[in-house]
Amino acid sequence: MTEAVPIAYYLILAAILFSVGVASFLIKRNIITVFMSIELMLNAVNLTFVAFAHMWHQVSGQIFVFFVMVVAAAEAAVGLAIIIAIFRTRQTLNIDQVNLMKL
Amino acid sequence: MQLALFIIFGALAVAGALNFLFQRHPINSALSLVVVMMSLAVLYWSLGAEFLAAAQVIVYSGAIMVLFVFVVMLLNAGEEERTKGSRAAYIAGIPGAVAIFCLLSFVFLTERKALGTVNLGGHLDHAVSNISELSSILFTKLLLPFEVTSILILVAILGAVVLARKEQ
Repeated sequence: MTEAVPIAYYLILAAILFSVGVASFLIKRNIITVFMSIELMLNAVNLTFVAFAHMWHQVSGQIFVFFVMVVAAAEAAVGLAIIIAIFRTRQTLNIDQVNLMKL
Repeated sequence: MQLALFIIFGALAVAGALNFLFQRHPINSALSLVVVMMSLAVLYWSLGAEFLAAAQVIVYSGAIMVLFVFVVMLLNAGEEERTKGSRAAYIAGIPGAVAIFCLLSFVFLTERKALGTVNLGGHLDHAVSNISELSSILFTKLLLPFEVTSILILVAILGAVVLARKEQ
């Protein structure tokens, strides 16, 4: 007999991962790690989608996760190209020094 | 079995995420993010999403993280240094993230009864298997969005090539 796990536990795990992603998004100073923490937050949200898909016995949540993955892949390609362009013009990866659009 | 899987891989995911937060070198952060993604793949499998578990391993830890590691090595990113901005981010960021976590877990724990429990294995209504259900919807009802995402990927490839190209 398998013990059942409450859906709330999965959602709390996703909440932990999301808040760690938020914290590292704010704390990290390296532009690549900031970008990676966005991926961590996307993964946390994907976990909630899959948990809710399991809860409602519907496949639509999983399809949503599939589309999120596709968009994340496209976003990673474009974002890393932007990071390479920034590094080429400014010779730095520190986000404190990339402040051209700051007031 | 379900509980053991959840505890082991949930703890692994949280440990990987915390290691991601506290490591100073981007390569270490990237590798701990791979650990998080692999353990999330196991959790997807335990929730009955076999296709997504495979896609998580192939797309996220296989393709996206390799791209990140590639860029970290290409740009020769070293350890990040502490600056004034990072101290301000510590003061504002940690309480903010803790507040978000408290709010979310409060909502989830109060709704705990309504949310129900998870049992191992696929539990889709009138489905043969997870992959056949997913693909039959993806190629009939959602054919247009599916094709539009392929155009999105194409545009992203072109954009990446244009952005990363050397200026003349």
